[in-house]
Amino acid sequence: MMFEDFKRPSYFMMNIRAVFGRAYPRVIGGTRELSWVFFDTILPLLGVAAYVYIYKALNADPAFIGFVILGGATTAFWLNMLWFMAAQFYWEKEIGNLELYMIAPISRMAILLGMAIGGMFFTSVRALSTLALGIIIFGVTFTLSSPLHVIAIFFLTMVALYGMGMLFASLYMLYGREAWHMSSLLQEPVYLLSGMYFPVKALGYWVAVGASLIPITLGLDAMRQLLWPKAASWGFLSPNVETIALAFLSIILLIAARYSLRYMENLGKREGRLTLKWQ
Amino acid sequence: MAIKAGLKILKNSSWLGWQMESNWTDPFLFAIYSLVKPIAATLLIVVMYIVVTMGQVQGTFFSHMYIGNAFYMYVAQVLFGVSWVVHEDREHYRTLKYVYISPANIYIYLLGRGMTKIFLTTVSVIITIVFGVFVLNIPINVMTIDYPLLFISFILGILCIVGLGIALGGISLLTAKHGGRINEGVAGIFYLFCGVIFPISVLPNWCRSFSLYLPITYWLEAIRRAIFGITIDQATNFIPTSSVISILTVSTILFFILALNIFKIGDYFARKKGLIDMTTAY
Repeated sequence: MMFEDFKRPSYFMMNIRAVFGRAYPRVIGGTRELSWVFFDTILPLLGVAAYVYIYKALNADPAFIGFVILGGATTAFWLNMLWFMAAQFYWEKEIGNLELYMIAPISRMAILLGMAIGGMFFTSVRALSTLALGIIIFGVTFTLSSPLHVIAIFFLTMVALYGMGMLFASLYMLYGREAWHMSSLLQEPVYLLSGMYFPVKALGYWVAVGASLIPITLGLDAMRQLLWPKAASWGFLSPNVETIALAFLSIILLIAARYSLRYMENLGKREGRLTLKWQ
Repeated sequence: MAIKAGLKILKNSSWLGWQMESNWTDPFLFAIYSLVKPIAATLLIVVMYIVVTMGQVQGTFFSHMYIGNAFYMYVAQVLFGVSWVVHEDREHYRTLKYVYISPANIYIYLLGRGMTKIFLTTVSVIITIVFGVFVLNIPINVMTIDYPLLFISFILGILCIVGLGIALGGISLLTAKHGGRINEGVAGIFYLFCGVIFPISVLPNWCRSFSLYLPITYWLEAIRRAIFGITIDQATNFIPTSSVISILTVSTILFFILALNIFKIGDYFARKKGLIDMTTAY
């Protein structure tokens, strides 16, 4: 059979393959070196446990311990988005893969989606183990009165979060070493602003409004209100409002990512920065 | 002659570390970056405290927590900085193999790269403490600080942290890029067990016993005693300060020897398995 005889797949199919193709090495890589199972399950819980013990030392409401466990689990998704999606284009540029992505007849978003799905494999293990171990060790109890609502909020948070990751990836594509530092900078300040370990309402109304641009802020706040209804007075907005806001945020971030990726790629081509390494 | 060569490696690797840490942006942005991270990390704990105490930031517990958190930056940054050099040089810049074939001693090279982190972290710690004193009224009196105790315990603690960083570097020689998370995890061990942000007397008994085997516990205890003159932790307050320093000295020496051996073992297996120039682009 000649090369010309092969039927060219549709653009949609090519992108689906790209998603699988980029997710594949992450999942397979995880099975080749299993050290991460220990590093990503037991060790992250230790940092989270330290925050639990602050609340224990201060005799805080037990719901706060649940807040910390949920926040600790969510941290995994933020870190994954930051280091294994946003900063990944920078890393791919450094190791010479970015130009290969650029010449492939596929959407850049398909590559990023593949990264997200592949990365979810590690991240979900980490998040679920943090949740499970946290619940078992610290005896956290919660009320799951509206499971579908919690799942919907979690799903919307993830869509918005990885939409943000795609948007960041477009910026990071042109970055040199500042990409690494930018990701580093977006850790502690974001943990603070998004109320990762305390209710975001404590930061005051306007700071919380600003922090709502980070999808995790609204997602965490809504899930906390639904899982610990007795501590709902610590909620920033009602879960319904936060769900709608997350849906809007998801759409806006995905559209912004699409345009930004296109713009930054063109800019990178014009300025010759897509293949610059070790800057 | 050997000392002179060692100092030269130390100087050059420190300079390299400094350039890599700082020249990615202009000095103004770098200063902002250096300010925002430590202050945000500190405010995270402060807000957690405020949420429970309804706005109170006074009291010995808060001061001890604040100082513990400030000095813990050394553990997080230096430990991470030293061990991450392996991943960075091996996979990003792909220069680790050249360091290996150069006459530079790898231990001194790692130490030099760690020196930059120590310097930058010192700036962050000073900023955090100044912020605490002037904004949060942390009661630190510069006239009553026990400077000899502070100096001795500080040096011992830093040596211990660098040693741990080297040990993690040895483990990093054998792990893939995502193995970098080991740093975060090990830092978590110290954060939880060494009484950084709460007294270790809060921990369950078995955890408390484990805490008393870790040098960082004694390091933070000595630092707090030097700064405040007192300690609030019932698990350690009965230990005389001289004993705290003795335990810190002995455990630092033991940890350092252990760390060098861990690196040696990691290095041996990395060479044997051909991992010195491994790249893992997951």
